[in-house]
Amino acid sequence: MSNYTDELVDFDEALDRYDPVLGFEVHVELNTKTKMFSDAPNAFGDDPNTNVTPVDLGLPGVLPVVNKTAVEYSILIGLALNCQIAEKCGFARKNYFYPDTPKNFQTSQYDDPIAHDGWLDIELEDGEVFRVEIERAHMEEDAGKLTHMGGAAGRIQGADYSLVDYNRAGVPLVEIVTKPIVGAGKRAPELARAYVAAIREIVKNLGVSDAKMERGNVRCDANVSLMPKDAEKFGTRTETKNVNSLRAVEHAVRFEIERHAAVLDSGAKIVQETRHWHEDTRTTTSGRPKSDADDYRYFPEPDLVPIVTTAEWIDELRARLPEPPAERRKRLKAEWGYADKEFRDVVNAGVLDEIEQTVAAGASAAVARKWWMGEIARLAKAADKEIADLGVTPETIVELNSLIQGKKINDKIARQVLEFVLAGEGTPSEIVEKRSLAVVNDDDALGKAVDEAMAAMPDVVEKIKGGKMQAIGALMGPVMKATRGQADAGRVREIVMEKLGL
Amino acid sequence: MVNNSVTDLIRLSAAELAAKLRSGEATSVQAVQAHLDRIAEVDGTLNAFLHVNAEEALAVAAEVDAIRAAGGAEAEALHPLAGVPIAIKDLIVTKGQPTTAASKMLEGWMSPYDATVIEKIRAAKLPMLGKTNLDEFAMGSSTEHSAYGVTRNPWNTNRIPGGSGGGSAAAVAAFEAPLALGTDTGGSIRQPGAVTGTVGVKPTYGAVSRYGAIAMASSLDQIGPVSRTVLDSALLQELIGGHDPKDSTSLPNALEGLVAAAQEGASGDLKGLRVGVIKELQGEGYQEGVQARFNESLELLKSAGAEIVEVSCPNFKYALGAYYLIMPSEVSSNLAKFDGVRYGHRVLPEEGPVTIERVMAATRAAGFGDEVKRRIILGTYALSAGYYDAYYGSAQKVRTLIQRDFDAAFEQADVLISPTAPTVAFELGANDNDPLAMYLNDVATIPANLAGVPGITVPGGLSENLPVGIQFLAPAYEDARLYRAGAALETLLEKQWGHSLISQAPAIESASVAQEA
Repeated sequence: MSNYTDELVDFDEALDRYDPVLGFEVHVELNTKTKMFSDAPNAFGDDPNTNVTPVDLGLPGVLPVVNKTAVEYSILIGLALNCQIAEKCGFARKNYFYPDTPKNFQTSQYDDPIAHDGWLDIELEDGEVFRVEIERAHMEEDAGKLTHMGGAAGRIQGADYSLVDYNRAGVPLVEIVTKPIVGAGKRAPELARAYVAAIREIVKNLGVSDAKMERGNVRCDANVSLMPKDAEKFGTRTETKNVNSLRAVEHAVRFEIERHAAVLDSGAKIVQETRHWHEDTRTTTSGRPKSDADDYRYFPEPDLVPIVTTAEWIDELRARLPEPPAERRKRLKAEWGYADKEFRDVVNAGVLDEIEQTVAAGASAAVARKWWMGEIARLAKAADKEIADLGVTPETIVELNSLIQGKKINDKIARQVLEFVLAGEGTPSEIVEKRSLAVVNDDDALGKAVDEAMAAMPDVVEKIKGGKMQAIGALMGPVMKATRGQADAGRVREIVMEKLGL
Repeated sequence: MVNNSVTDLIRLSAAELAAKLRSGEATSVQAVQAHLDRIAEVDGTLNAFLHVNAEEALAVAAEVDAIRAAGGAEAEALHPLAGVPIAIKDLIVTKGQPTTAASKMLEGWMSPYDATVIEKIRAAKLPMLGKTNLDEFAMGSSTEHSAYGVTRNPWNTNRIPGGSGGGSAAAVAAFEAPLALGTDTGGSIRQPGAVTGTVGVKPTYGAVSRYGAIAMASSLDQIGPVSRTVLDSALLQELIGGHDPKDSTSLPNALEGLVAAAQEGASGDLKGLRVGVIKELQGEGYQEGVQARFNESLELLKSAGAEIVEVSCPNFKYALGAYYLIMPSEVSSNLAKFDGVRYGHRVLPEEGPVTIERVMAATRAAGFGDEVKRRIILGTYALSAGYYDAYYGSAQKVRTLIQRDFDAAFEQADVLISPTAPTVAFELGANDNDPLAMYLNDVATIPANLAGVPGITVPGGLSENLPVGIQFLAPAYEDARLYRAGAALETLLEKQWGHSLISQAPAIESASVAQEA
């Protein structure tokens, strides 16, 4: 089987001749305590087939019951995406045989999604804003997980047998579907990434999903088609399934644009199909043919009653909406007074929350940024961890900063103290005390050390007297050595000047 | 003496037996043993039971007897039916007993959970005698479509006991059990009740939880009681009914006053009750003897003070057609889970690669009987893209029209009345090659399922020495009206005959005679 023999056309060249049309289906796993239709725990990482009830296994005689929290989370997502919320909606059965689907149908919403006709403004890095129209956000249940054993690399082809874990079966999902996105041009891959990032950020901010793409909490199917410039009719699309990182979304859209252009240039037609994304080669390969009329024999789920949303309920949920992430960023940037690039770096490093909390705890915005983007980022990188997972609290930063300001410690020692805090030795003040790290700014002690250094280096003293102020640095070594590195460098400088009457 | 008392115990109604247990005239162990003996005596001929649950039934009975013997608060708190044995249609899942749905697909399968109605029966301490036969997955009107052999009608063992709940009806008619549970999707409680001379009720849709009843057609299925008297069905429905958080379609509140209504009706006084005769459910297609018994019942009701009015339900003629689109559509989806992957029967393809699709296909080909396959294929077709609107969509519209017919009819009448089935029990094998003729058996019972309204069948006499059933229908939530009207007709008829119909059932013929059919 050929893997990626497709010809490609250079990206810029392709988009000189064609306009891309994008469309996304993003599945968001909700972090409710229990599943969509059963009271089994909705939890990740447990032993296979332990988070299941008779309902999740599709045993004979079982019936589903809708999880009200999942409905509320879905409405919150709909509201955050500026959607209309259906006054009445229901579930349908999507019928197909597959062993990861215990009933051999998926309970999903079909022609009456709970949320529809919304929009989301997506801001790219340089500030350009694209409005993405949301067609619908509907509720459904996740399938179980198949693991193919034997054969090549976990693929179903050539496997000896497959194992199925139904822990994920019935986990509540919201599928967010965009309308066709036109006009992105060469920024299509960038927009794709930014859109998925925005959805992830919104559901995380709402608290309705853990939003970890690496765990499949947010999964993206990316639709791409090309049409000749000035054409009105969309080209044939392909749907690249399960593109599950932001980087991959960007690369997959770029790859499909380059591949479509090559196919169209050759005079051939794009086959409407699903494509598989391969992270290792950053390519897609052909999946199964897909038509708009895949026959899932949808019909209304007779075991469930319609969901009716009252105006009071919607209002109550609307009142629970947190500040939208984009608006929050605008506000914080103004409040903190960061330059564009400074703020962008902070956003990209994902430390907005940390800085906000540190400022709230009493540090200045500049100090907070210095710590989170500096030493803490360095430590995280060294430990190969996310900054948020390092365990630094805003209180620690505030305390370190006040120790520096009070001249108890200097910057260098403060960095050491932070490492001791992370090693669990206590609060910064406790560590400074316990380890005797306080800066020596006792003038007698410093004066004595300075006298000794000056006596040992008469030539340096002469240079200073002669106006070469930078020569003071040469005295620092012996002074620091005498005070075990705890001398306050600024004070040492002052004492030298005083002693020389400068 | 022992023999006499045993005969007495099995011939009692559930209410009478319960009274004897309470008064200490008999023990529950005696009652259960008497029924187990009766099963041993006649079930070789009838095949009403797929599984006999002797050990557990006797243990529950002994527990009830011990509580009664000890007296005190616990004895006081016993349910009125505690210790009265019951049979369970094998479509309802039970822990500790196999549940097969009369299909090879579930041969040997043991449910790890109890249906909600079974939890209630356990809580009330009714000893479960076992699981009764049915048409496979409740699809049929004769119990001939069971993977485990036909059930025979106690009135004539060469006749069908109705279906799909032929096992429950035959067990109750043959004094193998005083009570049974059935399920009714298009008449599966009422039509067997009619042809075996017993009482059966399809409650209002949602009045009894469906959780644990293996789904045939979810929007039509309803669990209900099977008994020999109207009062017994009322007692059983009050026990099994009520809201269930596990069934989203169950009613928010339990229906009340069912037993009281049956007791009130037993006075035989129907002054002020308007009884609507459904024009479309009589005449052509209904046997003469059935029509005659029906007319006699109308006369009796009139004499008891009921006002008889004629109502028209013009859309009922489309009911059968709509039913045979909606029901198989839901069947095709509900039965998709039986694929050999997680539980039940698994068959490997005889040749070629063992892929999941091929294992599923081989399993379903071998595990399902012809009638089940017929309905899965019909339903799959009806739901297919391009046909959905014409079939499933139109059928749902008919359903709405039938609901409107009922609404209009209930403007004019408090209850409606019709023969339960157009014919008496037909001979085994008579409709083997004509599924459509079989489907016609349910012409009078199906409208109630499509509209979600309750229905009852009560014995209305004999034709060709076989029982005829009379059906009452009431508006949704008004099940009490059925029990009042049903009990009144039962009282009036028994007064006229001087005995109950079931007491006239002949002795069960020997198995050898029946075997050659």
